[in-house]
Amino acid sequence: MRIIVCAKQVPDTNEVRIDPVKGTLIRDGVPSILNPDDANALEAALTVKDANPGSTVSVISMGPPQAAYMLRECLAMGADDVYLLSSRAFGGADTCATSTTIAAGIRKLGKFDIIFAGRQAIDGDTAQVGPQIAQRLGIPVVTYVMKVRELKEGSVIVERQLEDGFEVIEVSTPCMLTAVKELNTPRYMTISGIEDAYKKTITVWNENDVALRPESCGLKASPTQVFRSFTPPPKGKGEMLSGSVPEMAAQLVQKLTEKHAL
Amino acid sequence: MIFSEKHELIRKLARDFAETEFTTEIMDELDRTGEFNWEMHRKMGKVGFLGCKIPKEYGGQGSDYMSYVIMIEEFARISPVFSIYANTSNSLGGGPLMLAGTEEQLQKYLVPTAKGEKIIAFALTEPGAGSDAGGTTTTAVADGDYFVLNGRKTFISGAPMADYCIVFAKTDLTAKGSKGISSFIVDMKLPGVSLGKDEMKMGILGYPTCDVILEDVRVHKSDLLGELNKGFAQAMKTLDGGRLGVSAQSIGIGQACLDEAIKYAKERKQFGRRIADFQGISFMIADMATELAAAKELVYNAAALKDKGAKEAAVACSIAKYYASEMCNRLAYKAVQIHGGYGYIKDYRVERLYRDARIMTIYEGTSQVQQMVIAADLLK
Repeated sequence: MRIIVCAKQVPDTNEVRIDPVKGTLIRDGVPSILNPDDANALEAALTVKDANPGSTVSVISMGPPQAAYMLRECLAMGADDVYLLSSRAFGGADTCATSTTIAAGIRKLGKFDIIFAGRQAIDGDTAQVGPQIAQRLGIPVVTYVMKVRELKEGSVIVERQLEDGFEVIEVSTPCMLTAVKELNTPRYMTISGIEDAYKKTITVWNENDVALRPESCGLKASPTQVFRSFTPPPKGKGEMLSGSVPEMAAQLVQKLTEKHAL
Repeated sequence: MIFSEKHELIRKLARDFAETEFTTEIMDELDRTGEFNWEMHRKMGKVGFLGCKIPKEYGGQGSDYMSYVIMIEEFARISPVFSIYANTSNSLGGGPLMLAGTEEQLQKYLVPTAKGEKIIAFALTEPGAGSDAGGTTTTAVADGDYFVLNGRKTFISGAPMADYCIVFAKTDLTAKGSKGISSFIVDMKLPGVSLGKDEMKMGILGYPTCDVILEDVRVHKSDLLGELNKGFAQAMKTLDGGRLGVSAQSIGIGQACLDEAIKYAKERKQFGRRIADFQGISFMIADMATELAAAKELVYNAAALKDKGAKEAAVACSIAKYYASEMCNRLAYKAVQIHGGYGYIKDYRVERLYRDARIMTIYEGTSQVQQMVIAADLLK
């Protein structure tokens, strides 16, 4: 099988602070990481590979040249080859232009069985790029995948997370599956994986390599205009429970269960 | 030291692993029971830490001394004792094999060690031969295809878990001092091998240490490691690398002490102010950071020299070990001092760091032995 993973390098939002005056993110000195949901996507792909000898996992990303570091991490976890779409022409892209570009890259990669992507990136939180890539490639997509139940000839059965449960979906391949963190626990890199990662090459493609005109990508092809960014006021006080202690405990358990906290 | 991207990634891996896997519960249990944590050993094996600088063809990961130092430092920053788990196979256990092992010995002993399937201990010290390793009284007498070993080795880290032990013994009884010593790979299941009781140590609890007693142990000549009567030089070379490992542990502990001291100095209020606002405290922290930075450069420099195979690497390892181990004890002292009474209580991390730091200036050559090595190199 050939599996493709879409990954993004993002600022570690655990380390990001907000400028109290401008209301914007302070990105200076913030480390960049592999987007957490994308790590789950990669783990899902590697799990499929482990169970199906002879399979390959290719990782594709769009970003500045520094994103190569994140792709080395993917190699060190076990990806076979990695591709970086990087060009000035791709700069300023919204989700629409991003998915156009990544879809063009995937077309160039050729035939595949499954694309795994993270549900969303922790910087933009749009959850749009995965489904949009699927739309551009004309393949089915299942979002919020929390479990891969079975791989069959020409299809895959997955569990899709809902707010209060899950649905079981059989989807024909090739398809796009977007991963949530409940799907798995990403593996560690290995020391030898890191050693090998620096012996491999990272293929870098610009707009010409993936047959896109400059006006079809980046800022010029981005219909989204950011109107205003702001920090929302803190939440008001929480919900207060009443009754005897056992009653309140029972209510609390029920509420937490509804919210999947338990 | 400016690191390559590869080494940055090694650091990221080791740090992620340590911060995720070395939980407070697990570390408290280690300190309370003193027992070896097999599950952590297996987990480390899976990621490749145990074979970090062992070549790939012998089951290892094929990385270098710099990666090894970074890994040990990051582990020791969270748990000094867990850093020893990842150290032994790469250093005192696997080291003598990598130095002197035959192809057959490497396949038989190094491959499973690199993968974490077997544990090898290093047995040089004796009750009467510590810093003066030349005073070895354990003997190995040739008898046909075998050597018959008799003696007692002491403070053998990991002996209770070990499958094999590298034992240094006198093979030429007429030779004086460090001459006439050879090393052997001893299977711990051989008749005549027994263990003393686990030592009750001050710190690094969770990596058991005990005596190894050899009574008419018949070791096949194929398990003679390296040349006959050349064992002492081998032991000294192994200890060079081992010293680098201890220096890496020391900077990890030093970093932990500094981090804890800063955190506490900012939290703790006395006389209506953070104690960090008092010069008596803030200057201590400035000194800690400065000494730590200096030690780190020495350690990374020694690792870089080892990777280059430079002649001056051996003395650089001694210098790094000497300075870094003394440094981490000064930092542990100050970290406890800044914590005041709380630093003397086990609920606070610095109490354990203080105990764990203490061995750094002692094992793999005391500070005084390092001074001897450094001076001898300069004054020869």
